[in-house]
Amino acid sequence: MSQQDLVNSDAILIMGSSMAENHPVGFQWVMEARARGAKIVHVDPRFNRTSAMADVWAPLRAGSDIVLLGALINYVLENEKYFREYVVSYTNASVILRDDFKDTEDLGGFFSGWNEEKKEYKTDSWAYKGSSLKKDMSDHEASGGHAQDRGGEKLEDSVFEQDKTLQNPRCVFQVLKRHFARYTPEMVEKVCGVAPDVFHTIADIFCSASGPEKTAAICYAVGWTQHSDGVQIIRSAAILQLLLGNVGRPGGGVLALRGHASIQGSTDIPTLYDVLPGYLPMPFFEEDSDTLQRFIEAHSPRAGWWNNFDKYIVSLLKSYYGENATKENNFGFDWLPRVTSDHSHLGYWVEMAEGKVEGLFVMGQNPAVGAPNSRMERKALSRLKWLVVRDMVETETARFWLDAPEIERGELSPETIDTEVFLFPAAGHAEKEGCFTNTQRLNQFHEKAVEPPGDARSESWFLYHLGRRLKEKASTDRSAKNAALNALTWDYTVAGPMREPKVEEVLQEINGWTTADHQLVSGYRDLKADGSTACGCWIYSGIFPNPGENLARKRESKDFYGHGWGFAWPSDRRILYNRASARPDGAPWSERKKLVWWDSAEKKWVGNDVPDFTLTKPPDYQPNDQDKGDDAIAGDRPFIMHPEGLGRLFVPSGLKDGPLPAHYEPLESPVRNLLYPERQYNPAANLMERPDNRYAESPDPRFPYILSTYRLTEHHTAGGMSRSLSHLAELQPELFCEMSPELATILDVEHGEFVTVVSPRGLVQARAMVTARITPIYMDGKSFHQVCLPYHWGYTGLVKGDAVCDLLALSEEPNVRIMESKALLCNVIPGHRPTGAAALEFIEQLMASSEAKDEYPV
Amino acid sequence: MSGTAFLTDSTLCIGCKACEVACKEWNNIPSDGFDWKGFSYDNTGSLGHSTWRHVKFIEGGVVAGLGGNSPDLLSWGFSSDVCKHCENAGCLEACPTGAIVRTEFGGVFIQSDVCNGCAYCVVACPFGVVERNPDAGMAFKCTFCYDRQKEELKPACATACPTESIKFGDIDELRGEAEDRMARLKQAGFNDVYLYNPQDSSVGGIHAFFIVRGDPERYNLPPSPEVPTTYLRKGWVSAAIGAGLMLAGTLFAFGQDK
Repeated sequence: MSQQDLVNSDAILIMGSSMAENHPVGFQWVMEARARGAKIVHVDPRFNRTSAMADVWAPLRAGSDIVLLGALINYVLENEKYFREYVVSYTNASVILRDDFKDTEDLGGFFSGWNEEKKEYKTDSWAYKGSSLKKDMSDHEASGGHAQDRGGEKLEDSVFEQDKTLQNPRCVFQVLKRHFARYTPEMVEKVCGVAPDVFHTIADIFCSASGPEKTAAICYAVGWTQHSDGVQIIRSAAILQLLLGNVGRPGGGVLALRGHASIQGSTDIPTLYDVLPGYLPMPFFEEDSDTLQRFIEAHSPRAGWWNNFDKYIVSLLKSYYGENATKENNFGFDWLPRVTSDHSHLGYWVEMAEGKVEGLFVMGQNPAVGAPNSRMERKALSRLKWLVVRDMVETETARFWLDAPEIERGELSPETIDTEVFLFPAAGHAEKEGCFTNTQRLNQFHEKAVEPPGDARSESWFLYHLGRRLKEKASTDRSAKNAALNALTWDYTVAGPMREPKVEEVLQEINGWTTADHQLVSGYRDLKADGSTACGCWIYSGIFPNPGENLARKRESKDFYGHGWGFAWPSDRRILYNRASARPDGAPWSERKKLVWWDSAEKKWVGNDVPDFTLTKPPDYQPNDQDKGDDAIAGDRPFIMHPEGLGRLFVPSGLKDGPLPAHYEPLESPVRNLLYPERQYNPAANLMERPDNRYAESPDPRFPYILSTYRLTEHHTAGGMSRSLSHLAELQPELFCEMSPELATILDVEHGEFVTVVSPRGLVQARAMVTARITPIYMDGKSFHQVCLPYHWGYTGLVKGDAVCDLLALSEEPNVRIMESKALLCNVIPGHRPTGAAALEFIEQLMASSEAKDEYPV
Repeated sequence: MSGTAFLTDSTLCIGCKACEVACKEWNNIPSDGFDWKGFSYDNTGSLGHSTWRHVKFIEGGVVAGLGGNSPDLLSWGFSSDVCKHCENAGCLEACPTGAIVRTEFGGVFIQSDVCNGCAYCVVACPFGVVERNPDAGMAFKCTFCYDRQKEELKPACATACPTESIKFGDIDELRGEAEDRMARLKQAGFNDVYLYNPQDSSVGGIHAFFIVRGDPERYNLPPSPEVPTTYLRKGWVSAAIGAGLMLAGTLFAFGQDK
């Protein structure tokens, strides 16, 4: 959904996000919705500036989100609050599951298919009954699940058994009911610390704002993603919204609030190791990637939109290798590198720590203080031969060799660090032109306002000229290792005294063109698999349909959804799956919530948004067994990316840690898992445990408090862009640690005094901010204390402070490989932290202070 | 009164401080220094020579299940303070050099090239807005973005505000809008909203009015702001009458002795 669309919401649940603080501009639409009568619910461990705007604030224990969301799902099912016609028609509720599928309720916290030796699931048994299977894509060991199976690869086709009465005990609806039956308000109180009356208030607000006449929205951010079960938290929200009919409709949906400008863009045209542009998978070093033909077969389901896979991958290869990509050489498929292991940030940083990485480029990032376990990350930097940092200021990453805490603590020494550091000044966003793709897939072009100062250059300048020089070098050595570089097209026009590449040419390449006569294509429906088109990112196709017509530049908003302002991929759709805003017969569910509908006179889909459906496919269209791709999707199946065209309450393919969300405790937790006592944390998560990446026990008397990190409005992430500016630095000049008055009494700490926060990984000193905005969590008759720290500080800049990320652990959620930074354990000790080598002894003493408990199952 | 005005609606403020930063950027004001004040999330403290917009953070009790801006409970209030640009401005009345003038937009403007740094305006301001910069030796405060208004631009703070908590416009229209907002808020159950716009005291009306929750003194807004030169005139008259009466009494007493 789009942020503007929030004004159409009748209720908004904000959870895992402090939207008012970190998305203050988008939050204006929440304020507008509130003014129109929508109820705003904020669930968060802290009472923050978002809670201050909400009608209801519910403090919950960090890391217990799935229990609360699961209880909302259970409430909807038990009280029959679901939108029955939507659920029956548009979701897989009626689909019958295989007899060998077993739930966590049957197997003590595991789904069927668990392989304890490999620590991963074999997901065959999660498939629909009657669906024939292709290769199980979850077998890829090194990948994130999304890249290899985007939801269709495992299933051969869309054939399966169904019971539209939802009575069959093996149908998804009944499985869902049983799965969430123990997620009750009482369980919420015991696990989340949210009282039953508060839970019922939230459930009532959300459910009464859903149905044919109303819609409710959910907004989340990294407060959900940065958990060892982050993807499953978001899945819980998707299940809730599908049951309530809040997907594809105005004011409904799940809004992922992205963390920086264009971080959406950097997933679409990715900086990720296992995804190619447009969510095409990166080939792996294995048999289904050995030829283009096999690669296409592995990733093309018979039914659904991904059947077009061949057109997108061939057009991408043509954009990379131009005339050098021919049908005879499989369009240069062999030149694409193959993924051999986990090359996510977390994965390669471990390799760096082991001395296996020679050089590193750091652009738009400050891992020396902003990445998890930054203490370990800094030490890993010292193992590099060379390091290139491009930034607007000299960040901590560029200076790690000089004034990192490890120098003062005697762990590293400038004299013995061999890393050669190159610092390049980077142009700011007003000093270059280009595109941002924001949180709602909206691509907006921005102009250059001023020339960058001195030697500062844009990223496109740096990368273009770096590529040009590398190609020049490679052209003198035409051996196999340089084949890809020599084949690569790199012919952008440069202009001006700085020889700046023309970024609109890059955008045209992204849009795509015909290879014979270089005519821009009008959209991804024009793309071909025979090499006659080239396209840099199929989902963006249509952004530059004609020379001189850059839709990302458009600033003439024609309607409320913002058509005419920028370009929202795909095809300028503002709300995805908007076919679901109409009934199966094509009429709007209600006048108040109409968006797109079937015009029976015109015989096409019309409405207030670009329909996310083949325009002329009638609602009563039924495919036959031979149809392929979009033709194999019936006229009343809105979710066209899935082979079956249905929204997935249950995920048969594409996830690595389960087809349904189940509550697991964080990797470090003050309690045992009440839901599944046999299984403490997400079995598929990777702890990456090492001597420099240790964990506390769960629970652990040495580390009794829950630690959560967050961001303030006044700073930007690790602070490189804000701590260097006096007008921002003065607003939040010093690291503080928010704690409740109750905890302050226990610790005998006054507001404003210094405390030392310590975890098994590191320690920081912070001012105690004692405030009633943090409240103890009462669970099962016991009180638990949470401490929350913003993570913006480091050892350079106008204002300095300890790096809170030193406390975090390197860990990987199994699907997308993200660390858990929102729920860990720590201790808080009054007073300044020790300096020098004593700081390390301090941690070791605490670690040794009592015996670790090993009697619990993990 | 005529000219332009600010309407700052605290019920819409999310405490983002964009107004503070926009003001400092546009007017090129130095930072206040990097001291952690420990007062909620406020580290700029108050209006002063280097802070012309200031977001106040008013912490109240927190009750689980009731957010701060629900009609029932006030928990963490934010409000962006600014010079009130009084109709009868204490600073302007007190200024001996004529450095402080009233502009065509109704705002009160300090001409720093005329200011001699005597700081009479500082003590004469009933809101504690004006402050002397000890280094520059002159008094500074909000200019009402006179330079922007001359170019028919909104002041920087109102332009940057993401939630329309700071509205800027014609003073009469904004007064009407303030009344409308008050009615809407009361209808929504915000029974304690208060429109801070003192017109009966000696300041004679202000060009920056505020919608706040509950008692305005919680927001450091004086219930009855007075212009010293006007207010003290009454005081001097009372004192003179008192002195006269005492003198008369004394004379009368001595007269009795004779």
